[in-house]
Amino acid sequence: MASSMSGPFGNSGPGPLWTGGPAPGQFYNFPGNASIPSNGAAQKTLSPVVMGTSVLAFQFNGGVVIAADMLGSYGSLARFRDCPRLFKVNDSTIIGAAGDYADFQYLTNIIQQHVIDEECLNDGFGYTPKSLHCWLTRVLYNRRSQFNPLWNTYIVVGVEDEKPFLGYVDKIGMAYEAPSLACGFGAYMALPIIRETMEKKPDMNQEEALALIDRCMKLLYYRDARSLNKYQVAVVTKDGVDLRGPIKSQPNWEIAHMIKKKNTGVRMNVVPYDQTVNRV
Amino acid sequence: MMSVPNMMSNPLSDYQAPNQVSFSPYEFNGGTILAVAGEDYALIATDTRLSQGFSIHSRDSPKTYPLSNGSVLGCCGFHGDVLTLTKVLGARLQIFEKEHNKPMPTPSVAAMLSTILYYRRFFPYYTHNIVAGLDEEGKGCVYSFDPVGSYEREVFRAKGSASAMLQPLLDNQIGGKNQQSYKVVPIPLKKCVSMVKDVFTSAAERDIYTGDNILISIITKDGVKSEQFPLRRD
Amino acid sequence: MAAPCVEPAKGGFSFENCGRNDRFKEMGLKFPTAYKTGTTIAGVIFKDGVVLGADTRATEDTVVADKNCAKIHYMADNIYCCGAGTAADTEMTTQMISADLELHRLNTGRVPRVCTANRLLKQMLFRYQGYIGAALVLGGVDVTGPSLYSIWPHGSTDKLPFVTMGSGSLAAMAMFEDRFKPNMSREEAMKLVRDGIAAGIFNDLGSGSNVDLCVITKDKVEYIRPHEIANQKGVKQGSYIYKKGTTAVLSSQVKKIDIEVVATEVKPQPMDTQ
Repeated sequence: MASSMSGPFGNSGPGPLWTGGPAPGQFYNFPGNASIPSNGAAQKTLSPVVMGTSVLAFQFNGGVVIAADMLGSYGSLARFRDCPRLFKVNDSTIIGAAGDYADFQYLTNIIQQHVIDEECLNDGFGYTPKSLHCWLTRVLYNRRSQFNPLWNTYIVVGVEDEKPFLGYVDKIGMAYEAPSLACGFGAYMALPIIRETMEKKPDMNQEEALALIDRCMKLLYYRDARSLNKYQVAVVTKDGVDLRGPIKSQPNWEIAHMIKKKNTGVRMNVVPYDQTVNRV
Repeated sequence: MMSVPNMMSNPLSDYQAPNQVSFSPYEFNGGTILAVAGEDYALIATDTRLSQGFSIHSRDSPKTYPLSNGSVLGCCGFHGDVLTLTKVLGARLQIFEKEHNKPMPTPSVAAMLSTILYYRRFFPYYTHNIVAGLDEEGKGCVYSFDPVGSYEREVFRAKGSASAMLQPLLDNQIGGKNQQSYKVVPIPLKKCVSMVKDVFTSAAERDIYTGDNILISIITKDGVKSEQFPLRRD
Repeated sequence: MAAPCVEPAKGGFSFENCGRNDRFKEMGLKFPTAYKTGTTIAGVIFKDGVVLGADTRATEDTVVADKNCAKIHYMADNIYCCGAGTAADTEMTTQMISADLELHRLNTGRVPRVCTANRLLKQMLFRYQGYIGAALVLGGVDVTGPSLYSIWPHGSTDKLPFVTMGSGSLAAMAMFEDRFKPNMSREEAMKLVRDGIAAGIFNDLGSGSNVDLCVITKDKVEYIRPHEIANQKGVKQGSYIYKKGTTAVLSSQVKKIDIEVVATEVKPQPMDTQ
């Protein structure tokens, strides 16, 4: 606390930018000099507010693909319908986030500033997918250890040394790498399909990969009540990051006609089954 | 006798404040490790499944970590703590090597790991640890730890989600428990490898957190050799 | 004062200790755990019938309790029912309603309808307010054609062309949402249900072992168990046969038993065929 008051000039200096606030630049210097108040749960993200749902990612022959829909849910309210949850870090790295949207924006700001700082050094070094993933594991693990978690699951993808990289980190610092990743509802619904397809077709090309993403986003839209059929997708190859979207997937409700009213006690016409079906 | 609170005197005793989203800093990510000390080797095996709840995160995440001094650490429990602990241990070993110009002996690694674990006595690393390597005489050694740093040298030990299934079998087959006129001799490597495969095959039948593959690391004076063996994937 | 009023037992379960048990639980008393069929069960309607499917793993916490249990239960000759949840509840509930359906069939002289089974099941489950932990997939073919229901422990039901239940329901539903089409052939439907159950087996830790299928058509039921052994058990590398004398003998005593030998002669007799 005291350090933020004094600054580089001691007590005679110009003082902080504003009283009790961070010094210029300090905000981006994670975790900053400011100590996080340890009392009072109100300070902490223990009740996330605007939330994003699934992120999907998997590798194909020659690159990685990652996708996330654009809904920011406010509880059960579909509050924001234009929330990009993919963030391009540089030409070989991209991250996707699920969970609290404010925490995601906070961390992307920090990452963005780090990228700029690295750029200023002009030494040819910068984040690689692996290094960013490793950094994120430390940040998230530290925050969970202070009982002040960043309420997110991050999926970091990219191409490093011409090899695809996919990394997962969650809000308690649990991290791993795998050829296919998903978080949120996607881990239960999309991952089985992605795993099955990758097993059958280990050498998918980019078109097949994007088609698979669309299939998965569509079925998440059918079944995940916190999802939207508007999504972003990014393809990372050795040639760079191609962030596309918003893409609208077209749902198919044809079989809705097969669902008859439940037995409510009201007598219904008994129609032979095959006459009630509208064929797709 | 248990006493039941008088519900009539305080009609609000059943009510609770509205819940915040619960936050637990721990999670159990499954996995089983097993180590055996032989005459001139140490063997440490792990399954490669990383799971959480009823989901499989990864089918290729072995929980053994080769250390820079030639021994191998087996570490499972909460994977976030596993990652942190292995990073800390790796750094400490490097510092030692730079300062003393020699790798740290395995018994010292075990002693240091114990202090690292106890350092977090009141916010523990939720990890089950085994260190396997060779001692100063070149004999196989296995050290097992509890999450807060109590440790001892043993001949064979299983830790993790299926440890309660593996350990009695090892007690019987290697320790000769409940076998009359059984002479306890150091188990030859070949027999040990096939037995390790068998106990993991059995554990994968009954423990939902054990499966996919086993990675067996064999530590001899010539270094660490590894082999993989498939398990059930359901 | 009035005499204490003792009502005769009416049958069914008693809930009078539920509140007390909840408070014991709060105080830290551990209750025994029941088998759960952490399960993938599913069903699909196709051109001329219904395909039901189930995995075969039963779990007790994180331990596999039964590696090959049957989760597709008989309800009537034309109706079967998959069960997920507490194993005892799914078994007893389907048995009870199966008996009711049989009585109904004998009383009316007609083949029971699937909607009847559904109504009986939901009324029973609703009466017990979710305390009977049975999540069911009910399918069959009757005079109205094939029909398929999912029934939740609290007694709500859905009538849908494809349904899934259990801890692997999302994995299976993903397959169905991706690949279902109306009026599939029998083979297509069986393949789809197999894929759904297999997705549960490999992606959900509560489900495992084999795929069971039950194909119900207008005048035939095929209960295929197993349809596919999704996971082969590993082959043992070594032999673990104990030498004779491994088990310690603490003391031994030999007693002689006097035996009285009685011999009886049996004569062949012609069978009475009148």
